[in-house]
Formats: sequence, C-alpha cells, structure tokens
Amino acid sequence: MSLLDELGALCEVREPWPGDLVDGLRPQVVARPASTAETSEVMRFCHERGLAVTVRGGGTKQTWGMPPARLDVIVETLRMDQVVEHAHGDLIATVGTGLRLADLDRVLRENGQQLIIDDLVGGSTIGGAVATNQSGPRRMAVGAARDLLIGVTVVRADGTVAKSGGKVVKNVAGYDLCKLLTGSFGTLGVLTEVTFRLHPVTAASQWVSVDVDPGELAGPVERVLHSQLVPTALEVDHAGGTGPVRVAALFTGTEEGVASRVTAAKELLGAGAGETDATWTGRFPWLGDDEPSTDVAALKLTCQLSSVPALVQETARRGVAVRGSAGAGVLYAAAPMTDLADTVAGLRGWCLRHGGSLVVLDAPGTDKTTLDVWGSDSVGGLEIMRRVKHEFDPTGVLSVGRFVGGI
Amino acid sequence: MSQPQGDTAGTAADVLEDLRGHLPEECLITDPTRLAAYDCDGLAAYRVQPALVVLTDTPEYVRRAVQACAAHRVPFVARGSGTGLSGGALPHADGVLLVTSRLRTLHEISAADQRAVVDPGVINLQVSKAANPEGYYFAPDPSSQQICSIGGNVAENSGGAHCLKYGFTANHVLALDVVTPEGEEVTLGTRAPDAPGYDLVGAFVGSEGTLGVATGVTVRLVRLPQEVRTILAGFEDTDQAGAATSAIIASGIVPAAIEIMDALAIEAAEAAVSCGYPEGAGAVLVVELDGPAQEVAHEFDAVEQICHTEGCFELRVATDAADRAAIWKGRKSAFAAVGRISPDYIVQDGVVPRTALPQVLRRMTEISAEKGVRVANVFHAGDGNLHPLVLFDGSVEGETERAEEVSGAILDLCLEHGGSITGEHGVGADKAKHMPKMFTADDLDTQQMVRCAFDPDGIANPGKVYPTPRLCGERPGRHTGPHPLQAQGLAEIF
Ligand SMILES: Cc1cc2nc3c(=O)[nH]c(=O)nc-3n(C[C@H](O)[C@H](O)[C@H](O)COP(=O)(O)OP(=O)(O)OC[C@H]3O[C@@H](n4cnc5c(N)ncnc54)[C@H](O)[C@@H]3O)c2cc1C
Ligand SMILES: Cc1cc2nc3c(=O)[nH]c(=O)nc-3n(C[C@H](O)[C@H](O)[C@H](O)COP(=O)(O)OP(=O)(O)OC[C@H]3O[C@@H](n4cnc5c(N)ncnc54)[C@H](O)[C@@H]3O)c2cc1C
Repeated sequence: MSLLDELGALCEVREPWPGDLVDGLRPQVVARPASTAETSEVMRFCHERGLAVTVRGGGTKQTWGMPPARLDVIVETLRMDQVVEHAHGDLIATVGTGLRLADLDRVLRENGQQLIIDDLVGGSTIGGAVATNQSGPRRMAVGAARDLLIGVTVVRADGTVAKSGGKVVKNVAGYDLCKLLTGSFGTLGVLTEVTFRLHPVTAASQWVSVDVDPGELAGPVERVLHSQLVPTALEVDHAGGTGPVRVAALFTGTEEGVASRVTAAKELLGAGAGETDATWTGRFPWLGDDEPSTDVAALKLTCQLSSVPALVQETARRGVAVRGSAGAGVLYAAAPMTDLADTVAGLRGWCLRHGGSLVVLDAPGTDKTTLDVWGSDSVGGLEIMRRVKHEFDPTGVLSVGRFVGGI
Repeated sequence: MSQPQGDTAGTAADVLEDLRGHLPEECLITDPTRLAAYDCDGLAAYRVQPALVVLTDTPEYVRRAVQACAAHRVPFVARGSGTGLSGGALPHADGVLLVTSRLRTLHEISAADQRAVVDPGVINLQVSKAANPEGYYFAPDPSSQQICSIGGNVAENSGGAHCLKYGFTANHVLALDVVTPEGEEVTLGTRAPDAPGYDLVGAFVGSEGTLGVATGVTVRLVRLPQEVRTILAGFEDTDQAGAATSAIIASGIVPAAIEIMDALAIEAAEAAVSCGYPEGAGAVLVVELDGPAQEVAHEFDAVEQICHTEGCFELRVATDAADRAAIWKGRKSAFAAVGRISPDYIVQDGVVPRTALPQVLRRMTEISAEKGVRVANVFHAGDGNLHPLVLFDGSVEGETERAEEVSGAILDLCLEHGGSITGEHGVGADKAKHMPKMFTADDLDTQQMVRCAFDPDGIANPGKVYPTPRLCGERPGRHTGPHPLQAQGLAEIF
C-alpha cells in the first residue's frame, strides 16, 4: 500500500500540489484531519514510521523560519474550523485551529465581541497565529496571542492528546503550556483546539497621526506613551533613507471618550496632527499592494521602549523600512537583499544592546543557512529549549530544524 | 565540593558541609527551634520542619546552595515571604529550604521603558510605591501585597482584584534570572517582549518553585489611570449582585475590578474593621472603574443604572483615595476577619465561568445547609474566582472533617461547571490530589515534560503540583552516541 492509501485510511488526504512545497521541499502527502482524534491517528502513524511532519494552517508564510530539515507529510488544519463554543457572557471562545481569524471575527461580532489579534497577512488561521505568536498594533493594549490564550488541546509528536489551561480566564492549575506552545512554530505538537479570552467591540475607534522628522520622533512618541489617554496602539512607520516618520495613535472606547482623547492626542503629537484611517498600520512593511515583495528580507526587531525612536533612526540610516509598535517595542522591517548579512549583524547587535532581539523572518532567494535567522547565540535558556523539544518530540519528527538553535 | 557517591542521593548534611566556608554561618540554620519558624507557609494546616534553612543574601548564595543540592541530589524548596495558601513553600523534611526574602534590592524603576528590575524578595507593594512618583505602578495586586514577595508572585502567577482588566503576574513578567535545578544561571526572556525561542518565562511563571529559583525579575509597569471611581452597591442577596455583574460585563464595560461579598463575609468584616457597609445588605458589590476621565464618567453612569435596575438599595461612590480605601478596607480584610466569627476556617479558591455563578452559589448554599457548615463568600466576581471561607471549630469532634468535605465538594462543583480547582492560590501540596479530576493522565504527563526539561532529577520542590512525578526521559546532553538526526546525516546543528 502506498503512503497515500495508508494515511487515507486515517483521514482525508491528497497528493501534494506545487503550492505545497515548503521552502523547496516536496512532501509525499498532504493529510487533512478533521478532528483532534484524526490528527492523533495521523501523528501516531507518522511517528511509528519516522515520517517527518510539518503543520500548516493557511500556509500564508510557510517560507518563514528555517526550512525543515526533512519533510514527508504536511498536516493541514483547515478542516478543523469549527467554533466549538462562543460563551459571550463569559467573554471566551473555543475554536478549531484551522478556522481563519477573519471568519472567527465575523462570528464574534454578531455578539459584539472580538479576539484582539491583528490579521496582518490576511488568511491566517488561528493555529498559525498562535504558533507564530502573531501580533499587530493592538498588542499594546491587550498583549499578544500568548496573553489571550487560556486553554489548548495539542497532539504531540507521538499522537498523545493533551490539554492545558481550560475555559475560565483565571486558572493556575498546572504548568501553562498555552504560553510554551504559543510561538513554538509547530515544533512541539499540532494545536487542534484553543480557547481565548475575548474583548467587547467598542462603540468608537479613531486613529490620529502626524509626520515628523526622524530626529524629532522621541517627543511625540513619549508624550503619547506616558500620557493617561490609554492608546490602544502607538505605531511608527518609516520608509528608510531620508523622509519623515509617520506616527499614529489609536483610541477606542465610547463616542464622547474617544472624541476628547483624540483632541488631547492631537495636541501631544504636535503641529499637523490629524484624524486618519492609518490603513498602513494593518500591513507588514514588506507587503506591496497585494503581493509580498521578493527583493527585501522580512525582519522582526524588538527593543526597550525608550530606544524605539533611536531604532527608527538606525534603520533609516541603513536604508531599511521599518514599521511597528512604539507602544510595545515590537517592530517589523523590510531590508534590502544587498549586504543583508551585514545589515542583520549590525541591527541585531544594536537591538541586543537595547534590551531586544532581531529575527530574520523571511529572506527570499537566500540560502537561510548562511544567516543566523533566529540569532540563536544570544538566546537565553537555549539548552533548556532543546530539552523541551526532546521531551515533546524525542525522535524528531515535527518541523525539525525550523526553530532556534536548530530545534 | 564533595561528589555524590555513585547513584545514591546524599543528605542535607552533605549540602551543609559543602556550603560551610562559602556562606556566612548566620545564613545556615540548623538549630531546631529556629527551623521551626519555617515549618509552614500561609497554609498552616501542613507543617514539616526542613533539615536545613539557607538564607540567601545574594544570587550567588542561591547558585551555590542549589549546586550543592544538585550535587547530592537533595531536594530544595524556595521560599519568599511564606504567605502562599496552598503549601507551595512547605519544606521537605530531608531537604533544604532556600529563603529568598533577604534579596530585596530594587535595581531599577524605569518609567521611560515601563519596566522595573527587582530582586525576588522585594515586596509586591514596594514596586508600586517606588514607581508611583514617576506615575507608574505594578498592576498585579494580591490582597497580601503588603507582605508577599515578587518571587512568590512569579511562582504562583498571582492575581488580585484588578487582574480582571490588567491581567495576572504572567502578563507582566518579561525576563527572569533563574538558577536552574542543576545550579546553572540562565536569563530567560528579554526586556522587550517576544524573545526568540520557546516562551520559557511563560512556562516558569506559575510553576510554583518546581522549575528553579528566580533570582532577578523584570516586570512591566503600568501608567497610573487619570481617574478612578469605586462604587459600593448594597443588594438584598448575591443573586442580585451576580445579575448586576453579568449585566455590567454584557454592556461591554471591563471594570478594573468587580468583587462580591455575601452577608456572612460582611458580618465578619464589620466585626473586624467596622467598614460601615450598607445596613442590612445581603450582598455588596464593589466595582472599580479606571482610565481616561471621560470614559470613566460614561461607564459610571452605565454601572449606576445597571445596579439600580438589578435591585441595588444603596449606592456609594468614592472618588478620592481615602474614600476608596474605606470601601476596599472591608473587602481586603475579609480573610483575616472571618477569624472574628469562627475559630477556624479554610480559604478555598476555585473558578467557575462567570455565567455559572448564580447556580454555583445556590448549590453552595444547599451543601452548606446539608452539612451544617457555614460558608462565607468573598469573590472576584468579574472573573468567576470564588473564595469561599469554610467556617468550623477544630475543637469540636468531627467539625474539621465536615469542613474539609464541604471544601472539597465546592471544588467538585467548580469542575462540574467547567471551571478550575485554583484561580490564584496555586496547587502546591494541598491540591495535587485534585489535579487528576481536572486533567487526564496524558495531560499531566505532558505538562510534566516541562519539569523534566528544567529538572531532570526532580529535586526542585518535589511532591508539589503533580500527584505522581514523571519518570524523565534521557537528557539530550547525556546521549552517549550522536543524535539520531545527526547519525542520519540530516542535521548537524545540535
Ligand atoms: C517564522 C515565522 C515568524 C513569524 N513571526 C510573526 C510575528 O512575529 N508576528 C506576526 O504577526 N506574524 C508572524 N508570522 C506570520 C504568521 O505566520 C502569519 O501571520 C500567520 O500566523 C500564518 O498563519 P497561517 O495559518 O497561514 O499559518 P502557516 O503559514 O500555515 O503556518 C505558520 C507556522 O505555524 C505553524 N502552525 C500552523 N498551524 C499550526 C497548528 N495548528 N499547530 C501547530 N503549528 C502550527 C506552521 O508549522 C508554521 O511554522 C510569522 C511566520 C513565520 C513562519
Ligand atoms: C491574607 C492573604 C491574602 C492573599 N491574597 C491573595 C490574592 O489576592 N491573590 C493571590 O494570587 N494570592 C493571594 N495570597 C497568596 C500569596 O500571598 C501569594 O501566592 C504570593 O504570591 C506568595 O508570595 P510569597 O512571597 O509569600 O511566596 P511563598 O509563600 O514564600 O512561596 C510561594 C511559592 O513560590 C515559590 N517561590 C517563592 N520564591 C521563589 C523564587 N524566588 N523562585 C522560585 N520559586 C519561589 C515557593 O517555592 C512556593 O511554591 C494571599 C495570601 C494571604 C496570606
């Protein structure tokens, strides 16, 4: 029996299409389990045969991270797309991880609620968003996926099904695997079901923005950051090279409250500040109008809050476009491919000296093994991370080699 | 340092021998009368005298002590202020108790970066006190905040009345210096969020001292709100107060805090601190709103309206710090206050979905009546976290057992409604036996893989949290041959 037939006895399967290649690697089969139970059977089977598995949700960014060391089976989560429960009185929702963020949003809005994870690429699944700890502008107010996830069902490499957390917002029973699994890039298990805490949709929402010279960025940023206006987001954007920096602050709340906070914010931002829709805040800086550009590398940079204005100057000087949260200290950048290694080394050193880090998310057309994409040498606790991986996936079948330090 | 003899574990005496000469004598306690002071934490029902207490004045002492424990495979337990309510800091009879409460330096308060860097022994409230002049504070506010340590908060993932809006300790810790159970110093996380790699900070927070000892903590500071309004509303019963809570949440408001006290809890608080709550109230609701002035004003109108609709007969508002303190006084003293109306009591800590509160409270009243055991209720209504105080008199034959039965039945009730056996006090020694009711054997086994990664020999606070320890797999570092992937020529970077 072929692998396709054998796996086909466990769940829906298909032959891979050209679009299924992961960083050039072609899987033998795409398995499409419809439930946690089916996912468990698929994983058990793959584990017994030593078949290498990579998990895929929407597949919007499978080229990010290191290429997997080997690949036999893609486990695609898209059929696990049910809203298991939306308990609006409790402000929680339990959903299958194959559900798209945008589809969940539609369901939640019917009851005036939302999951505050910004969908920056479009088409992301819940599983992909959690596995990558996806975040956008509004993380300033509510934190990232790690802070919103309260319960998880995971299928381990050997098919064992395990839960952590639950469906109540307050819970300290046992270790919090929710946080460990968030941002683990599918290297520890297949997330099949998750429970989130939700937020009410507010009556009003308004961006205010101003353009300033990079050298003058600190003033408006700090005045808003340290005000008592409680912005939901505080974003900066610079195209690299010369030219002004855009600063934008988002206010959400009641009609009257937002109106008065917007007026106050305009004053803090300075001359020229005005209301805007700031659509740019909802896109990564390397995304063109529809397609990601292939002539830039995608970077994620973090630093302490007081250093954000200086970081923008630093990236500008290097001709790197940067955009992200001055309220959280998490920014994204599009770096030219020429001299990429130098740019990465220079900016990484800078970020490390200012309390943060640098990760190369994507570098189209480059052999990523020549770049230390995760900056593994400066990751604290790497040895413990290796052991965590070894405990969860002792024979190394899940997305091997994709993560920090070759995990 | 002396080496362990073959595979057999050593004793605390071996650890003491290793430490003598490296740590001042006054930091090594072996005198039984002095050891007795450390035999329990805030859950005094469990008592065990440790073999050795080490007072750690510097992170270096912590590292040395843990290394000595690791070398002899002697269990150790970290202890902050000892206010834990689940026996987390309960010592091990043959082990070492590492007291971190003398590590009290506030290294940095940075308003510019919205961060504080502190030693683990620093008292929770001290962080806010130091940050207040800069317009900032540390949001997690357990009722014990005047005495509990940040290290204990980290280990328990402590919450407080205000975590409804601002989150728990886990949402506020960015980086940790940790001495691992093998005696190595590592820094997990960074000052900025999203450090690359697995979120080991997230795993460590709430691990109750079983993954190592925190020796340095970097936390987020939050801007003080422009306006705070505290509302005290008197209702006839908890059903009404609960309905008001649900209506407030349903209206889209996220208050900083929503707390309920029932008649018995009010009686106790009045006896203890004369808080002057509305006369004849069968329940009081405390709602705190904070944020930009305009938003608070709007929310206040809505809350006032809802309270009246749901049957509130008296509503008071505090707008200044003194009035606010007066309202909170009754709530914050509630635990200690029940001592005034009962010789003994058990503080229970369970969670239910908020919408299940009315049903759960009614059932609790029935259980209490059936068993003839009084239960006073104080709870964080906003997030469904119940703190029933089960009252009894230990000197009366059979009362202790009945109280324990009621306390256990309350946990079962929480689980029946899809809740949790602990919302903030932790599992510790007390609730490890209840974990299998909430999780399957596979769930528990999977969670403990994290422990194996940090503590393969199982010497960090053994016996806590999990009822049966996991047999840890072989450590990758201890492989005798090459890694399987290396052998297959598929990877070299291990
Ligand atoms: C290396 C990398 C870093 C990224 N960092 C960020 C970031 O910091 N901020 C941000 O906003 N966006 C980030 N993204 C973008 C993110 O991938 C997309 O926004 C989106 O989350 C992808 O959703 P998807 O459904 O298309 O997932 P996919 O592209 O299909 O998968 C993305 C990753 O998640 C894993 N994964 C997907 N579903 C599951 C599941 N159910 N269980 C376990 N693992 C799963 C995959 O194996 C893969 O590693 C990153 C992407 C990658 C790959
Ligand atoms: C009156 C009263 C009210 C309370 N109210 C609340 C409340 O509102 N919310 C709440 O969440 N809790 C509350 N608590 C419980 C308790 O105060 C918290 O759990 C607190 O965080 C414990 O801190 P501690 O320093 O006393 O820790 P300890 O009791 O000394 O230790 C608690 C646990 O932490 C571990 N630990 C301590 N220090 C370290 C370290 N440096 N590294 C690693 N592990 C360490 C210990 O091993 C133990 O498992 C209350 C307690 C009392 C007595």
